[in-house]
Amino acid sequence: MTDLPAPAPRQSLIARAIDSDIFYSFRRSKLTMVAAAIVAVLLLLALFAPLFVVQDPFDPRQLELINSRISPLWTADGQRPFLLGTDEQGRDIFSAILYGMRVSLAVGALGVAFAAVLGIGLGLIAGYVGGAVDTLIMRIADVQLTFPAILIALLIDGVVKSALGNHLDASTTLLVLVVAIGLSFWVQYARTVRGSVMVEKNRDYVAAAQLIGLPARVIMLRHVLPNTMGPILVIATINLALAIITEATLSFLGSGMPDAMPSLGTLIRIGNNYLFSGEWWVVAFPGIALASLILSINLLGDWLRDALNPKLR
Amino acid sequence: MLAFILRRALQSVGVMLAVGVISFAMFRFAGDPVNQMVALDTSEAQRAEIRASLGLNDPVPLQFARYFIDAAQFKFGVSYQFRQPVSMLLKERMPATLELATCATVLAMGFGILLGIYSALRRDSFLTKVLQAVSLIGISLPTFLIGILLIYLFSVILGWLPSFGRGEVVKFGWWSTGLLTVSGLKALIMPSITLGLFQMTLIMRLVRAEMLEVLRTDYIRFARARGLTTRAIHFGHALKNTLVPVITVAGLQFGSVIAFAIITETVFQWPGMGLLFVQAVQNVDIPIMAAYLLVVSLIFVTINLIVDILYTVVDPRLRATVGRAA
Amino acid sequence: MVEPVLSVRNLRVEFANRRGVLVAIDGVSFDIAKGEVLGVVGESGAGKSVTGLAAIGLIDAPGRIAGGEIYLSGLRIDNLSPDAMRRIRGKRIGMIFQDPLTSLNPLYRIGDQLVETIRTHLNLNETAARKRAIDLLAEVGIPAPEKRIDAYPHEFSGGMRQRVVIALAICAEPELIIADEPTTALDVSVQAQIIALIKRLGRDHGTAVMLVTHDMGVIAETSDRVAVMYSGRIAEIGPVRDVVQNPLHPYARGLMGAIPTLAGDASKRLVQIPGSMPRLSAIPTGCAFNPRCDFAFERCRIERPEPIRVGAQAVACHLYDRAATESAA
Repeated sequence: MTDLPAPAPRQSLIARAIDSDIFYSFRRSKLTMVAAAIVAVLLLLALFAPLFVVQDPFDPRQLELINSRISPLWTADGQRPFLLGTDEQGRDIFSAILYGMRVSLAVGALGVAFAAVLGIGLGLIAGYVGGAVDTLIMRIADVQLTFPAILIALLIDGVVKSALGNHLDASTTLLVLVVAIGLSFWVQYARTVRGSVMVEKNRDYVAAAQLIGLPARVIMLRHVLPNTMGPILVIATINLALAIITEATLSFLGSGMPDAMPSLGTLIRIGNNYLFSGEWWVVAFPGIALASLILSINLLGDWLRDALNPKLR
Repeated sequence: MLAFILRRALQSVGVMLAVGVISFAMFRFAGDPVNQMVALDTSEAQRAEIRASLGLNDPVPLQFARYFIDAAQFKFGVSYQFRQPVSMLLKERMPATLELATCATVLAMGFGILLGIYSALRRDSFLTKVLQAVSLIGISLPTFLIGILLIYLFSVILGWLPSFGRGEVVKFGWWSTGLLTVSGLKALIMPSITLGLFQMTLIMRLVRAEMLEVLRTDYIRFARARGLTTRAIHFGHALKNTLVPVITVAGLQFGSVIAFAIITETVFQWPGMGLLFVQAVQNVDIPIMAAYLLVVSLIFVTINLIVDILYTVVDPRLRATVGRAA
Repeated sequence: MVEPVLSVRNLRVEFANRRGVLVAIDGVSFDIAKGEVLGVVGESGAGKSVTGLAAIGLIDAPGRIAGGEIYLSGLRIDNLSPDAMRRIRGKRIGMIFQDPLTSLNPLYRIGDQLVETIRTHLNLNETAARKRAIDLLAEVGIPAPEKRIDAYPHEFSGGMRQRVVIALAICAEPELIIADEPTTALDVSVQAQIIALIKRLGRDHGTAVMLVTHDMGVIAETSDRVAVMYSGRIAEIGPVRDVVQNPLHPYARGLMGAIPTLAGDASKRLVQIPGSMPRLSAIPTGCAFNPRCDFAFERCRIERPEPIRVGAQAVACHLYDRAATESAA
């Protein structure tokens, strides 16, 4: 039995962030600051989209065919108020991007949250209960890890569709996507949490807590879990980018968000059809929006990983 | 050594069994197979007859056994959309996917390793910084966006390369290849780049990180202290030690290349298994989905097994421990 | 006077980091003659290993040799081109590192590593090089060398691996061997064998040896002369017998007092030096040892002591300067 001290008392993430070198490294890295600024701007734009748009792109009554296929404002045929032009239904691309980003971010964030809750839960159970339960959960994790998330998400999507019928309404599709993404990404959380539970379980302070009669789940939730928050946060950030890519890919493949409530991926799929007729802006701007969103989140994730735990690579 | 291979092979069979169960569950329980096969006006009696002929009234374990035995012989049932045996459809589409995946992997490995070595050895050069930036963008850009970008550039604006299809193919028995015609090769260029780019950036970053790590080790310092030439140290000692872990990752990547081919094949309308699968998902064609899952899993598991064995062959330390454990 | 094999003059090594420049070695001078073993002793961080690395030209960025000269049998080597220095490494200077477990490339047979090194420096064909490799393995005491030559490093024990490392270091008959803590990572029983081996090789081939260690016992057993380093400077240097039996520098006295002797008076407690060596970023002015020194006086806190000859020894301590001036007066 090693006589290791119990981990430092819990600190809120904010206190730890300001306390540590993180803040310092953040101000040092210009690239990270630019990335953070881009993420902040895109988040605000998406969150308050109704304030910035010229029309509700999801409301067919607001679309007028007379406004269709207008090129961006700075080109010869540009027209106010369509900053980035319109598609063939007269939908303003800028407005569609803002609303599409809302959908993309919502699916991504909810998917990651679902994956995290599922993974943390299963990881805690596997680590704490051990035995056959542990073996079962981790075997499933091993097998699943062999397959790329996109394939799993596609399969889940297909199965759900065949169970619920092929024509779902937009919000149900959104939910299906969240579940599909959550089920594709839980493994990493489970592995991380299980690892720390295994380490902490044998520490003296846990034995001491058991002696004074604290129930196991309290020990797990109040002592073990907080210690894993750093790595979890890093995984979640990087996974957010992956989840957004996955959603966009599913939508691009036609298995994601429907045209009636398009995400960025859907917009790109629609725009792709007009590539050859010269209306490049229909696909280009959603593409740029998606790429800059993912790139910025990835940069933030990279920085967070280095700052929180240099060893986690 | 032999015991190790056997144990790994057994694990692989276990994985395949698990995938088989999932695949069977999808096939049997997701949607009603009979409903998918008959017209709306088919009578209840006829439906029952089909149900019986498909063996759907038998106990589930028996059905599973039958499904598994069939699957082991590559009998995957009939596609709902095409009314053709799934195995035939897959066989027809497989050469396209395998050719694409192989080209992409060769591309990714070749350039990934070269650029990785370069950026590890010339850590501060301008090109290295550019490569690092590009690789971050490469990881952040979704595959389909890269495909669209390439199509816009080389098909729409320049008109150099075809934007869809495989071009002319030559048949060898059931295998069709696009490698022997000019149009086939031209058609292969953009899809291969699209599919390989992500893997390339991954391999490049891995090789760079590994090589930097190896260059810091004691045996490299000792090699320098012995006065070996820089070339011998970098390309003999360091490279060999770098490539051992890279082999594993690169091998496993081939599996995900096949899965990622789904996206590339959709962008370029490449007539491979991936496109077949995407269409199956859209049209809820369960037999194709289940069969695709099985076939791709088989490829994955086989590659995993080969990589594991290869790993022990390359690394004498592992060979020893494995030998001792056996 | 016979030219020394290694002559280090006023060496200064600096490491640049974010906060500024750290001076790891500052004004170190010493000679090693043919067939002589110079022990370099000191706490970790005293600059022993850096001195060795500087001599073989393996100080890597952000470190650099910032001053002084290094001569190998009269040839100045600290300013040679990288390729010229590479030709000297392994051929005229051999180096042995601390950890035999990590010094050998695990993926290559030891024979291949030997043959590669031999053929880099000597104009031999594959067969002749292999023959020489087998002879070398025999010389360093590897049993059945003609069989073991095709083994991988992990198939050897730690002591055997260090023998292989030594064979690699001497495969071109270097004039100088730099051994950096060659026994620290080994079992005590094996340490003596390796020390004996290095000593024998030095004697048989007339090789000069620079033996870096923190173990005074090893030095007392092997070395002809010893240099005691502290905070990047040589505190005292002289014949090993004199320094061990009659250490002059207060730090050296503490160091010698810290060696338990079998014959020693059991009632006499081991001397401990209070405090620890300063970090490179916080070396005190004057004598670096003054905060820990029982004899420190005003001058020690202001002026850095330079080496002073006392008999066969040289000591960097103001105590002896005062003695000199007083006796002169």
